[in-house]
Amino acid sequence: MAELPAFGETDAWTLLTIACLTGVTVLTRSLFFLSDKPWTLPHWAQRGLQYAPIAALGAVVIPEVVMSQGALIQTWQEPRIFAVAAGTAWFFWRRDVLGTIVTGMVVFLSLRLGLGWGL
Amino acid sequence: MFFKPAYIRHPDYWAGVRDLASVATGIGAWGLMTGVAMVKSGMSVVEAVAMTLFVFAGSAQLAAMPLIAAGAPLWVILATAFCVNLRFVVFSAHLRPYVMHLPLRERLVVGYLTADLSYVFFAKRYPHAPQTHTPPGDLLAQQAYLAGSTGINWLSWMSASMVGIALANAIPTEWGLGFAGILALLGVMLSLASSPLRIVAMAVSGAAAVVAWSLPLKLNIVVAIAVAVGLSLLIDRQREGARHG
Repeated sequence: MAELPAFGETDAWTLLTIACLTGVTVLTRSLFFLSDKPWTLPHWAQRGLQYAPIAALGAVVIPEVVMSQGALIQTWQEPRIFAVAAGTAWFFWRRDVLGTIVTGMVVFLSLRLGLGWGL
Repeated sequence: MFFKPAYIRHPDYWAGVRDLASVATGIGAWGLMTGVAMVKSGMSVVEAVAMTLFVFAGSAQLAAMPLIAAGAPLWVILATAFCVNLRFVVFSAHLRPYVMHLPLRERLVVGYLTADLSYVFFAKRYPHAPQTHTPPGDLLAQQAYLAGSTGINWLSWMSASMVGIALANAIPTEWGLGFAGILALLGVMLSLASSPLRIVAMAVSGAAAVVAWSLPLKLNIVVAIAVAVGLSLLIDRQREGARHG
């Protein structure tokens, strides 16, 4: 096959990661469909299911908001903080993820492009 | 299994299509943003298209992106995606009685295609799990409905993601649009914050991930999840103990 132009930086390692992530999707969405025998998770694991998803998201999201280049943000002129505050407020008002994204991005882009914060 | 003729001919297939079509704009916006975020996180177009077509799990994709960009080891990325996807494990436990009459291969396809909103609509429409005396016609109607809803979900998600990937390079990097991915995760996270102890788990995990930031290989994520889940289980058990005297 001829080399594709302009698609640089595709690396085999990332493609392998994507293949494994596909496996994770199949496994998690079908975990209880796999065995014909009746089986249940141990009690502590069922309990853990209550907290692991939100913990995983907290561990990814919160540092991305309050940190910059490996340290806590030192200035209040940080568009991410205000965007998250606005998005959170919208979420608790309307309970809607799409509106959370839109509200957050409106605030984020106005502060970043309008006032030049965080650039 | 939205391509199976027996399902497509069934009237419940179209009920599933209609239900999911009512939220397709939301799915589309979320897919569009995920497409943009993938390219903006530094993935190539080939990688972004492959991830969209195969991984088919928005929040896991968004959570994996910064980890892939940071060069985190494979097992850390997979463990994070697994935890973000744990809600699907709960869904599969719930849906088990509805699909066990199908052969394993079909069960895997049904599971793979059933994302959040298809599950939510299905559980709302069929609140009572099938019993041994449930007529086969009812089982067929359920699967037809699920096929219609997952089909329209797949279509709106995929097309919007592809548009996002195509548009991503037309948008200047200084805009920082990748942050929309974090806001999407924020929305999903807040929708999970349904009990005080879950909010504690979220806050503890976030704080631990910040404190442990300097750990190599993005291990701070794994440490944070372990600390937060462990602490929540402890508090949970204490409260159970208190309740039972």
